[in-house]
Amino acid sequence: MAVELDVFVGNTTIMDEEVYQLWLDGYTVNDAVKVRMVSEGMEEYEASAEVVMSDTMDQYRTFQMCERLLHNPTKLANQLLFQIPPHRQAMLIERYYTFDDVFVREVLGKKLSKGTKKDLDDVSSKTGITLKSCRRQFDNFKRVFKVVEELKGPLVENIRQNFILSDKLARDYAAIVFFANNRFETGKRKLQYLTFQDFAFCAGQLIKNWTVGAVDNMVEDMDVDLDKEFLQDLKELKILITDKDLLDQHKSLVCTALRGKTKVYTEMETNFKNLSRGLVNIAAKLTNTKDVRDFFIDLVEKFIEPCRSDRWASADMRLYLTHYTNSAHLLDTFKYQVVWDRYMGVIKSCIFKMYPQMSTFSTPLSGIIDQRFVHVKRDFGPLGRLSIFL
Amino acid sequence: MPGKLKAKIVAGRHLPVMDRASDLTDAFVEVKFGNTTFKTDVYPKCLNPQWNSEWFKFEVDDEDLQDEPLQITVLDHDTYSANDAIGKVYIDIDPLLCSEAASVISGWFPIYDTIHGIRGEINVLVKVDLFNDLNRFRQSSCGVKFFCTTSIPLCYRAAMVHGFVEELVVNEDPEYQWIDRIRTPRASNEARQRLISLMSGELQRKIGLKVLEMGGNAVVGYLQCFDLEGESGIVVRAIGTACTLDKLSAGANANAYTHPNTAPASNACNSPSKDSKEPVFSEDPPTALGPLTPLRVLPSSSPPPFSSSKPCSRQSSSSDTDLSLTPKMGMGSGGSVGKEAGPLKMLLRQQTQTALEQREFPFFTLTCFPPGFLVHVGGVVSARSVKLLDRIHNPDEPETRDAWWEEIRQEIKSHAKALGCHAVVGYSESTSICEEVCILSAAGTAAILNPRYMREGCLDIGSGDHRFDEPSPPSCGFCHIPYDELNMPFPAQLTYCYQCRRQKVPDVLFTTIDLPTEAAVSGKGCLIQARLCRLKKKAQGEVNATSISNLLPFMEYELHTQLMNKLKLRSMNALFGLRIQISIGENMLLGLASATGVYLSALPTPGGIQIAGKASGDLSNEQHVLSIQKRINDAMAKNKEMYHINPPELSEEAAGSPIPEPKQRSRLFRSQSESSDELSELDLSHGKKDAFVLEIDDTDAVEDIHSLLTDAPPPAGFYSCNTEVMPGVYNWTSGLQMFTSVRVLRLSNANLTNQSLNKIFTDMCENLLKSLYFKLRSMIPCCLCHVNFTVAVPEDELIQVAVTAVAMSFDKEPILEKLGDRAVFKGLYPMPPCLKQRDLSSSERCSPLPEGRSRSLRSTRSSGGGGGGTAVTVVKMTPLSFLPGTRLIKYLGIINMFFIRETTSLREEGGVSGFLHTFIAEVFAMVRAHVAALGGNAVVSYSMKECVFMENPNKNQAQCLINVSGDAVVFVRDTDQEATPTLIHTSCGGTDGPT
Repeated sequence: MAVELDVFVGNTTIMDEEVYQLWLDGYTVNDAVKVRMVSEGMEEYEASAEVVMSDTMDQYRTFQMCERLLHNPTKLANQLLFQIPPHRQAMLIERYYTFDDVFVREVLGKKLSKGTKKDLDDVSSKTGITLKSCRRQFDNFKRVFKVVEELKGPLVENIRQNFILSDKLARDYAAIVFFANNRFETGKRKLQYLTFQDFAFCAGQLIKNWTVGAVDNMVEDMDVDLDKEFLQDLKELKILITDKDLLDQHKSLVCTALRGKTKVYTEMETNFKNLSRGLVNIAAKLTNTKDVRDFFIDLVEKFIEPCRSDRWASADMRLYLTHYTNSAHLLDTFKYQVVWDRYMGVIKSCIFKMYPQMSTFSTPLSGIIDQRFVHVKRDFGPLGRLSIFL
Repeated sequence: MPGKLKAKIVAGRHLPVMDRASDLTDAFVEVKFGNTTFKTDVYPKCLNPQWNSEWFKFEVDDEDLQDEPLQITVLDHDTYSANDAIGKVYIDIDPLLCSEAASVISGWFPIYDTIHGIRGEINVLVKVDLFNDLNRFRQSSCGVKFFCTTSIPLCYRAAMVHGFVEELVVNEDPEYQWIDRIRTPRASNEARQRLISLMSGELQRKIGLKVLEMGGNAVVGYLQCFDLEGESGIVVRAIGTACTLDKLSAGANANAYTHPNTAPASNACNSPSKDSKEPVFSEDPPTALGPLTPLRVLPSSSPPPFSSSKPCSRQSSSSDTDLSLTPKMGMGSGGSVGKEAGPLKMLLRQQTQTALEQREFPFFTLTCFPPGFLVHVGGVVSARSVKLLDRIHNPDEPETRDAWWEEIRQEIKSHAKALGCHAVVGYSESTSICEEVCILSAAGTAAILNPRYMREGCLDIGSGDHRFDEPSPPSCGFCHIPYDELNMPFPAQLTYCYQCRRQKVPDVLFTTIDLPTEAAVSGKGCLIQARLCRLKKKAQGEVNATSISNLLPFMEYELHTQLMNKLKLRSMNALFGLRIQISIGENMLLGLASATGVYLSALPTPGGIQIAGKASGDLSNEQHVLSIQKRINDAMAKNKEMYHINPPELSEEAAGSPIPEPKQRSRLFRSQSESSDELSELDLSHGKKDAFVLEIDDTDAVEDIHSLLTDAPPPAGFYSCNTEVMPGVYNWTSGLQMFTSVRVLRLSNANLTNQSLNKIFTDMCENLLKSLYFKLRSMIPCCLCHVNFTVAVPEDELIQVAVTAVAMSFDKEPILEKLGDRAVFKGLYPMPPCLKQRDLSSSERCSPLPEGRSRSLRSTRSSGGGGGGTAVTVVKMTPLSFLPGTRLIKYLGIINMFFIRETTSLREEGGVSGFLHTFIAEVFAMVRAHVAALGGNAVVSYSMKECVFMENPNKNQAQCLINVSGDAVVFVRDTDQEATPTLIHTSCGGTDGPT
């Protein structure tokens, strides 16, 4: 004999947060039952595998029925099919849109297309996140991207209102949308040591200072596209490296300011021209879409790596960049102060964020660390993220 | 032309995409009533159309108003082909016909399609202008109020209880008409839904007429059922109790009546719970004769400022009648001693009989009564009859069906008489149909009632007569035997009442009613079920009917034995809310009896259960017997502890009776009649055998004992009962979760025996309960109340069990727990205002506050348009007649809905479970929407009457029919000020992310 049909429907929809997380993580019903059977507090209810199985199936079904609404979170609040208290609605939405940092690192800056979606099984096996969960996360990115693509107004606000997300999560999605739209390269080996949060911070800086929205806040795509005029203006900065006098003047100003304040003074002095060329060239090339994509890799190659090989501490780097930026104002013949500040403000904060700590730096980067992170996360299982929502 | 119905279509939202090319819909709406149809304009290319139509006006007879639903169809306009239907909304406008109920229907209704389910929502406004004064509507029965609640509704007072009303109407089932071969499943489903809606409207109108004839103005305990008889048609039948109810309105009446408190308090003379400090500001719903909800604002936590006796002096003129009557009553029920009881009882009977005798059937569908209404309870009376269905030739004269029920009711009546009772309370009727065989069943509790309630202008209960009853505590009166001791209808063991020591009581009491409020109970109650399967040969027609009716007595006998054993095992002595369901399938019969066991302090302590082996001196066998005996004794001790059963010790001499020689005795009277002329009464006592002895002489008995011991108790923190509330649990919080769970089991093994089948069925029920406990574990401590199981055999090898119940959490009260050993808890259930409402994890915790009477607010809101930002009113649902921690301030009318859902893409909808899950959720959603549109925020006395599920997985098809009913109400929290109904908008602005 077999159970042909087994349903439980409450007037208030019952949803167990633990099971929800298992569902989101893409566990099959059977695997979820296994996890639940050994989780805490189960003996108390003398729950047999049968009972837990029935409950899990039921909850999974409920989630599947809700999923359609979660794709359009504003509907969840005024739909009539499920009676869910508002705080539970918020929890459902927030968790549905929460993503794994390891996963997003894999697709960040990639085109959110069918092609990318096809490669998700590789991402899945690499990150240890189930394919189902990968697909959900990817589809979330795509959905948010599609909705906000054509909306006017600030990106973060649009995301928050259309998807009823917390501020933090809305900002993360803004970063993802921004990266996807500009197709920033983040997957190169050299960038592997950077986390999603590092990039999200940089994206925030770019959105805030370099997009159209930074000057005009009522245009379409204002927070998604970089300000073309600004990029054009950046070409003018070239004078800082092409004009020999200006370059020497700049160098001496910086050196004067730095002398005696750092252990790596000599390295700074010898590298000045090289580094300055690097940064200004990045600025000058940003009109090319191709070079925009390489923005982060360029920062690493042209600035971070040289500094790193000279063993600059991050305090040294900060000191250097601060004086490098400020000294330009003292140059009489340099007329592009506003553009310079708009450019260097972002560059500074990005490099500050991206500059690795010495200790992590000396060990080989990438791969291994990521793998370990994955394992730790899995062990926490579905409870790993519980605390956030309590 | 006595009425004008007006409807306005405001807007739609979340409509489905009907035009694949544009991903949009060109929607318009047809509004139909009777034969008149209006249409709105087409609102092109939009999924959230704003029609904002004019008012469509229908001028109609009030008869039609009662019968017909308003039918709203949403369609997609198509220039070249026929318009596609998106879905429909049926709105029952009955609530608008009653001046006291709703005055407007306004809100978002799910648009329902029988194939696709809910497809978006539509905002509708409906009003009715009645031209004439209500009194002149005697052609129809507008204005008669209907309640599903089986007690006097909370904000009413019963001026008079008139008695039983019944009616049935029959029609051909559209599914079986020839036209069904050529029309689409959708058309056929809609024809059926519409027909049943019409039939129930007509039925309600006809019952209303009978009520008006009797001089009443309301039907309480209205129970309507559908019999889908297949080829022979559809029968819609209803029974109820006609009453004259007075509305307890704000201000005017508030001072004239006693405070709700006083009724229970005055009767609580010997209840320790009275002394315990809990505030007795009870809602005490079932006894709600008193002015339960005076609408003035009272500081809810403080006890009433006046003593319990005072209010009687303030009684209205009706109390005069009381005074002249009650002394006699007092004598009858309490004043007499021992054998003198006979003549006095006769006197009492004569009195009451005059009141009841005029009635053809002195039946009451009520299960809760005002204190003092029930004088004595005899026991359960039931009757079943097996019938062969034949086509109903003339729908206008459903004589056969009428005659069948008439027969059964006569039987019930004669059973009650045999028990020395003149009335039957807690009465209900049901059927089970398989192919052309039908079992008609009726059951109730034989009782003697206080005649005052049958007379005009009498009822001020409790306060009026309590002083006369005081010498004999009224709390045990209902347990005293109503029949003549020397001429008992069945062998019974009587003892003197353990409470008053004056009157005789039986050793066990079975009833179909709820525990009377005044009853003294020791410890808590628990759900007790007896389950049974019997195989039967497949057969046709007469042969089949005969074999079924031959099986029935054995099934009843076994169910009864099981119940009795389980009751003993739990050391309890009474069953309340007993409901025995027997379901027929082609090759088996299923029997399920559910009841709530309690320990009544007035009844003797149940003896133990003794196991006896075969007579032989087989040593191993004896050891086996001993070990089983030990397990049983252990189980009994454990149960006693678990349910806190600690009756006060009584010395037997004091009780003035010999030590009760426990002997099983049945007060189940039943009979089966195949063609009804053959009446057989079954003596269910085990002859001369001592009933507590279980003999292990065959495998059957071993099975019995095993099944007795395998019933797992609910896990710690859980209680369960099938009555309104659990005795011994008082302090409910507002945490509440109503649910429906359905399971279907496929029996794979072709050659099953009765025994293995029994085990499968028992396990199925037990597992279902376990699953429920597990699901609801976050609500602990919690009680599953009104657990209602229904079983069916939808197909050859399928067993279907459906449960509807409500889980209510409560606060553990340490004082009461400690009192445990001496406490004799009163059966009344005061619900103290939830002062210490736990901030619990229960799922409804944050549900918005009641909406109250904010109609103006609501209608502006609901007409606000299609986008986001509108509020969804939280609607609570419960099978009980009350909501803890709240006051019901208005009844808005009866909800009685019938839905059909069908699919031809079963796999795509998640298989049978996915399909049914969605459908039940949709039904809940539609009930909630209707209640919210009436201005209500809860459904009480909710029940799922019917859940017929059919599947054909090979064809990827399934169909399900669900019928639900309940009372739409408005409640306010005890703690809320009446004047400030609150409306909380659910967040859709996205401002509250998690913190």
